[in-house]
Amino acid sequence: MSTATLKRGGMDNSTASVAGLLGVFAILSIYIAANAMDRLMGVHATIFLFALAAWLVGIGLWAGKLEGRDPFDETKYEDTLVKFGVFASMFWGIAGLLVGIVIALQLTWPNLFYFEQWGFTNFGRLRPLHTSAVIFAFGGNVLLATSFHVVQRTTRARLFGGMWPWFVFWGYQLFIVLAATGYLMGVTQSKEYAEPEWYADLWLTIVWVTYLIIFLGTLWKRKEPHIYVANWFYLSFIVTIAMLHIVNNLSLPVSLASSKSYQLFSGVQDALTQWWYGHNAVGFFLTTGFLAIMYYYIPKRVNRPVYSYRLSIVHFWSLIFIYIWAGPHHLHYTALPQWAQTLGMTFSIMLWMPSWGGMINGVMTLSGAWDKLRTDPVVRMMVVSLAFYGMSTFEGPLMSVRAVNSLSHYTEWGIGHVHSGALGWVGFISFGALYCLTQWLWKRKSLYSIALVEWHFWLATIGIVFYIVSMWFAGIMEGLMWRAYNEFGFLEYAFVETVEAKHISYIIRMVGGLLYFSGALIMAYNLVRTAMGHERINQPADAPAVSNPPAAASLQPAE
Amino acid sequence: MYEHLSRFAQTGGLIYFFAIFAVVLVYALWPRNQKRFDEAAQLPLQDREPGDE
Repeated sequence: MSTATLKRGGMDNSTASVAGLLGVFAILSIYIAANAMDRLMGVHATIFLFALAAWLVGIGLWAGKLEGRDPFDETKYEDTLVKFGVFASMFWGIAGLLVGIVIALQLTWPNLFYFEQWGFTNFGRLRPLHTSAVIFAFGGNVLLATSFHVVQRTTRARLFGGMWPWFVFWGYQLFIVLAATGYLMGVTQSKEYAEPEWYADLWLTIVWVTYLIIFLGTLWKRKEPHIYVANWFYLSFIVTIAMLHIVNNLSLPVSLASSKSYQLFSGVQDALTQWWYGHNAVGFFLTTGFLAIMYYYIPKRVNRPVYSYRLSIVHFWSLIFIYIWAGPHHLHYTALPQWAQTLGMTFSIMLWMPSWGGMINGVMTLSGAWDKLRTDPVVRMMVVSLAFYGMSTFEGPLMSVRAVNSLSHYTEWGIGHVHSGALGWVGFISFGALYCLTQWLWKRKSLYSIALVEWHFWLATIGIVFYIVSMWFAGIMEGLMWRAYNEFGFLEYAFVETVEAKHISYIIRMVGGLLYFSGALIMAYNLVRTAMGHERINQPADAPAVSNPPAAASLQPAE
Repeated sequence: MYEHLSRFAQTGGLIYFFAIFAVVLVYALWPRNQKRFDEAAQLPLQDREPGDE
């Protein structure tokens, strides 16, 4: 913002407009809290009011300390916000994984944490808390932080909108708090991965559309002629998530002061909309967003351009055009017309090609620098994430085939598949980006400890193997048990017998989760020490001193 | 009506997707675009501030 707008008591236009919007919502939440039709709405309106009040006070204190300094200096990058994003990702990642361990324990020993008078410790309440915390809170914060970092560096422009990027960041955290407390209290619209009720959805819509405007505005004022491919992936993620979120959450609240709403669609239309949303949350949240991370952080870390920029263009357009049609594979053998099921299945199989094209592009970026796999565990983490990406994007199309799905659907195989993608692909590429970001943003010569990254890598990798192997075993076993008939044509097993048979697998899965969780704790410790500027003296001799040698080393592999 | 619409959507979709894929391939492989893509690929590797010229 120009200095002319700074005259009004240190508040520029963007800060004043953010404060104005928060003020409007504060008044609205006072009204809702006073007239709440149910207790849950009252609690949520009060939480919202206190959060907004704290936020406004925070802005006031911050503006008072400016003393005429331009807080949004156009000649500098907005890096403080990205630093906040790094720590928010770490915090929510650990919280989400911890809840994952709790529910894994509950599946293994159902009476654990079960209290008749406390609904919020039930598996049914904690399960959406886990899924949303890891996907939307951890993954979402990683995507916010990295997209804000990447779009600035590749356009050579400061983030557009002054205070508005901060509105997106804190507004998103507030949405997470509303969603999480809602699940624990029992507020849900019963749509998987879209459980929050109408008011939280509306707040997220405002935040998300602002995010889109900031991203587009930054691209608009770019100082580089080209828009780097990672930004295309981020943009498709932001646009598509806006579209999916709005359409899948079309509903009519009972009243402005009620936490309950009714869906616009019903029956099979509702189911198809939900899985169009659900699968594209996988496609455009957990895939294109993290592919953008791959396209920036892997080239940057190994200091060579992406293997083939042409392939990245074909990868982008074919991936986004095919992904959007794959959702119906979640509804095999349902009331959905068979041709629509076949369409979803066919597009899922076709997805294999762009997925592997992208994976190859990422892995081959290392060609000529393969030694980094041995010397830099951060690079190894990101490359192994691509291996898991390749594995789960092969497994997914396989499971979408109707005949395979008749065995795999509703079994633990699905859980195993999701976690090879989530822990292996999304988790590892995010950890890689967080290590890079902490080292680069705090301008450190190296991470605090390379040895601890090694520990993180191996603990997490072994944890994933425990997880997915036990779930393959449990899933295929229960799938076969469910379809076993005896010589009289009766089902061989009662349902409870199939549950009992999974007990051992559940224990192994829980151990895998614990290993993965310990790895994340080690990372958090390492990142905090790195940010504080500490460095262990006994680093391994060949520790990578990656301080990003400038573009002089921009040689092609062949040269 | 339903049969008619779904058949149109299926055939139309086939042609539409094929055409888009062909356009993308031509754009990505067009020799004159090579220089542009090479420049774009270097973007992550440079370390410049927004104030630099």
